[in-house]
Amino acid sequence: MQSWKYTEDYHMNNFDYFKPKGIEAARELIVSIPNAAFVAGGTNLIDLWKYNLTNPSALIDLNHTGNNITVQEIDSGVRLSAFATNASTAYHPLIENRYPLLAKAILAGASGQIRNMATNGGNLLQRTRCYYFYDPDSPCNKRNPGSGCPAIDGYNRMHAILGTSKHCIAVFPSDMCVALAALDARVNIAGQKSSRCVPFTDFHRLPEDTPELDNTLGHGEIITSIDLPHKGFASNYSYLKIRDRNSYAFALVSVATGLELEGSIIKDARIALGGVAHKPWRIREAEDFLREKQATEKTFESAAAIILSGAQGFKFNKFKIELAKRAIVRNAAMALNPSIQKPGAQPS
Amino acid sequence: MTQDNNAVGKPLSRLEGKAKVTGEAAYAGDYQVPNLLYGYVVNSTITKGKIVSIDVSDAKSYNGVIAIFTHENRPDYASLDLKHADMDAPPGKVFKPLQNGDIKFHGQPIALVVATDFETARYASTLVKIKYEEQPFETDLEKNLGRAREPKKGLATALKPPPPKPKGDFEKAYEQSPFKVSTEFIHGTEHHNPIELFATTVVYEGDGKLTIYDKTQGTVNNQVYVANVFGLHYKDVRVLAPYVGGAFGSGLRPQYQLFLCAMAALELKRNVRLTLERKQMFSFSHRPQAHQILKFSADKEGMVTGLSHAAIGETSLYEDNIEIVSSWSNRLYPAENTHFEYKLVPLCLHSPIDMRAPGGSTGMHAIECTMDELAFKLNVDPLEFRLRNYAEMDPESEKPFTSKALRECYIKGAEKFGWHQRNPIPGSMSKGNKLIGYGMASGIWDAYQFPARVEASISSQGKLLISNATTDIGTGTLTVMTQIAADEFGLSIQDVSFVYGDSKQPFSMFQGGSAITASTGVAIVVAAKALKKKLIKKVKALANSPFHVFQDDAIVFRGGKMMVKHEPSVSISLEEIIVANKGRAIKTTNMGKPHLLKLRKYSKATHSAAFVEVEIDRELKTINVTRAVTAVAAGKIINPKTARSQILGSMVWSLSKALREETILDSTLGKYMNPNLAEYHIPVHADVHDFDVVFVEEKDELINELGVKGVGEIGLIAMPAAITNAIFHATGKRIYKLPIHFDELLKDRIA
Ligand SMILES: Cc1cc2nc3c(=O)[nH]c(=O)nc-3n(C[C@H](O)[C@H](O)[C@H](O)COP(=O)(O)OP(=O)(O)OC[C@H]3O[C@@H](n4cnc5c(N)ncnc54)[C@H](O)[C@@H]3O)c2cc1C
Ligand code: SF4
Repeated sequence: MQSWKYTEDYHMNNFDYFKPKGIEAARELIVSIPNAAFVAGGTNLIDLWKYNLTNPSALIDLNHTGNNITVQEIDSGVRLSAFATNASTAYHPLIENRYPLLAKAILAGASGQIRNMATNGGNLLQRTRCYYFYDPDSPCNKRNPGSGCPAIDGYNRMHAILGTSKHCIAVFPSDMCVALAALDARVNIAGQKSSRCVPFTDFHRLPEDTPELDNTLGHGEIITSIDLPHKGFASNYSYLKIRDRNSYAFALVSVATGLELEGSIIKDARIALGGVAHKPWRIREAEDFLREKQATEKTFESAAAIILSGAQGFKFNKFKIELAKRAIVRNAAMALNPSIQKPGAQPS
Repeated sequence: MTQDNNAVGKPLSRLEGKAKVTGEAAYAGDYQVPNLLYGYVVNSTITKGKIVSIDVSDAKSYNGVIAIFTHENRPDYASLDLKHADMDAPPGKVFKPLQNGDIKFHGQPIALVVATDFETARYASTLVKIKYEEQPFETDLEKNLGRAREPKKGLATALKPPPPKPKGDFEKAYEQSPFKVSTEFIHGTEHHNPIELFATTVVYEGDGKLTIYDKTQGTVNNQVYVANVFGLHYKDVRVLAPYVGGAFGSGLRPQYQLFLCAMAALELKRNVRLTLERKQMFSFSHRPQAHQILKFSADKEGMVTGLSHAAIGETSLYEDNIEIVSSWSNRLYPAENTHFEYKLVPLCLHSPIDMRAPGGSTGMHAIECTMDELAFKLNVDPLEFRLRNYAEMDPESEKPFTSKALRECYIKGAEKFGWHQRNPIPGSMSKGNKLIGYGMASGIWDAYQFPARVEASISSQGKLLISNATTDIGTGTLTVMTQIAADEFGLSIQDVSFVYGDSKQPFSMFQGGSAITASTGVAIVVAAKALKKKLIKKVKALANSPFHVFQDDAIVFRGGKMMVKHEPSVSISLEEIIVANKGRAIKTTNMGKPHLLKLRKYSKATHSAAFVEVEIDRELKTINVTRAVTAVAAGKIINPKTARSQILGSMVWSLSKALREETILDSTLGKYMNPNLAEYHIPVHADVHDFDVVFVEEKDELINELGVKGVGEIGLIAMPAAITNAIFHATGKRIYKLPIHFDELLKDRIA
């Protein structure tokens, strides 16, 4: 194991930096050093650090742990390394050809530069973009439990309409994860005693009364890979991202849709929403409803109503309810005819 | 080598372009000077109240920290307000950093940490412990409209006069007109956010002398400010800003980093640098929130009969920042009955500062949207409505314009855009599932000229040297001034040097109001003429000079020579003149100034017309500006390339203003919530489609020696309204709030 320790008692924010050569070594470090943090691409962690939202005593770099074959075929489908970059994953032929929905979703996120740095594991663990969360001087239950949630009565255009709690209405901002949820991915985690494998939709959580927890990853656990089942919906898929500018902005509402058709009959359907909740939003009931139905606008309107049932808007984001319904319908049309799709996950 | 006087009018690339794109150009925070200390500013985290205590002991004892300045230990500085008032200071009491423990706005600078490096200063700033006593505050204009009052008057009122007096009987005319509209517009805050961050590097020269590299739009303004505040001799303070990475108005006034950096350098007798962070860009200068109420009326022939425009802007608790918002409509459209108002509401925010097309872009958006609405009521094409109400004379002052080619802007712009294809019925044009809308609007902006001094000289190498203290804020000033000077002497631009961005050079006002081309440019013409006279005199005085039989006006300068126009064989090169002058440079310094007396009989303005196509998704309502044309009448265009860039840049900004840019103000917390460029949205490439610029011919022999008017702002006046009008045309829905959120268009179907 390589390490480099800054001992001179001169510079601020002293932190140790470790470059473990394996997952186990990395895990050992994190449990033995108080307030240590993993770093992968650093595109979120370093930002949070700069904003004084986190201040790790040690960085444990996961980029040298050896598990970095970007994408490989396995018996049950395809495995994405947690440590591969978003860009290398999106442009990998296996992903482009068999899971174009995932490729599209990844490429709808951030910017080229960020995607070149950001890793798949880090993408799952990025934190919300709630303005109040990012301002260390504002109250925020997610950052400082019990301090309150100014977003509920404040500026909440970006915030959630589903699965909110009176403690937090933040949104999980990832695009990639919306596709992963739709594709029934599974997250492989190396833990204290053993490894575990979590269905994607169980990985992130709702805020409830512990909004400080974004997901179910335990301290010291490492995401090692993400598995995709064989079914990739490569013929009828679409990712639609609606945002306040055409690129380099987080989703107000996004939709990942995969359809399996026999003629015009829907045999299987997946619909996941981004930008609306504390996790990618997927309602199986709506997908069950779609099965064996004609792929018409009306059918998808009904499915949209099921997905959005119970949605509750706040002062500045009520529009998301109607927008999400229309986006689901439009994205279905785009999935039925992928050739009309435009670059950048824009509506076509 | 160019022989003729033809540099003006050529689309030359920026002379400093290569230095900028290769990183060779140094900006204020880049200068390498020895033994430099670094500052970091601590900003208030409350919006209003008092500092009860400020404990710097931990920060102070941190290794590498040299000094910490707060209101408790700051050195003395001038106490008179007047000494702190810069050339652009609005009426009121200017903000003095670290004056006392009172907090007047969120982000107010309250301490400066100086350390041996930036990182240490930044870290130590987190160790400063502050206790506040908070007081209630108001930051939201909409909630405080009831407190609107007349702005205070002061020196700045000269450049920004109050709205014109009412004419006729507006209420009656409005009442009796068969066609009328009344509208109400709300504009949010915008922050300037130039890419170059605000920074100052102060070199302590000893003996109370400072050399200051500063991010500014006015080297002299900041020189005088520093000298006044810290009691130094003007000549001992030199401010340099050869390269400025945009400023858009935020550099019109000295900002707090300059004050703090100079203070620390003087006190510590050391070289100090202070660079602000992006977040701190949101702690000074912004375009204020605005609320406007308009009532326009017309008779059945479609002639405007009444114009009423009331605007309420926001200002700080300490200054009355004034914009010209409600004074524009009657300068474009004749109306017998008018009523204009402009008021301010003081809020717990830092003072706004002019931001590209200040007031004009705010007011004209409301005016041109209201005109569109009135045209629609009248069932007249919006362009036809403008042409019907075209003012040959300035209706407001009843004076002729020095020149006005707005009609040509309308015609050429419409032609280029294809306006005739517009079906007048809203929602009638579409392409697949996208609704298409065409919108247009007019633009007007002042044509300012400030006095400026220029030194012109022929160097000992026979080259032309021109100098003036102006900056080049990225507009192309260096290139344009070089072109003007080259033509005066018939030289190729390689033989001309323009020295600028330095307060030591002859006087220039700050670079704002689209005025510098006219101001410094005219001074160059005046100085060049004087220099030529001087050269002719010198040459004629030489023994056996063949020139002395010729009249001065028969003598011309071309290709590095002085010659007789009709007998080019009688010539002497500039080098030879210098040799004859015993190798000494020949120079002159002259003032260029507006011909106020003559111009008093005229109205001066630049004009524009913008035409915009939007595509709006039928169901999702997402909006794209797919095409835009802006036609501009701004007198003579010195450099079509840099001028076009100015207009294109402001067209992108127009898109930004109409659809993107928004500082989110949480009035419960009293602060801006998106102080970074990830969340403060400006357009990305994918937003900007087919934009085109047309300059129409506008010969102006009255306005100044060059016939120029300036193009820095006119491109941002018309297009935001044209976008808003195009959205109406596409959807039948009018939106009265900027920036427009596309989801406003969803509302009609939301229960
Ligand atoms: C300006 C900007 C715009 C953006 N826009 C978008 C967008 O539009 N859509 C979008 O989806 N995303 C967007 N992103 C977010 C970007 O996708 C994430 O920052 C990125 O995916 C995080 O990956 P990383 O490898 O850099 O994570 P890091 O910053 O390295 O880590 C993030 C967190 O995950 C932990 N971690 C990382 N890897 C592992 C692992 N394998 N096991 C356990 N813990 C781990 C780290 O300890 C840290 O807490 C944007 C980011 C920025 C800065
Ligand atoms: S929504 Fe959640 S993250 Fe945002 S302020 Fe409220 S508690 Fe914090």
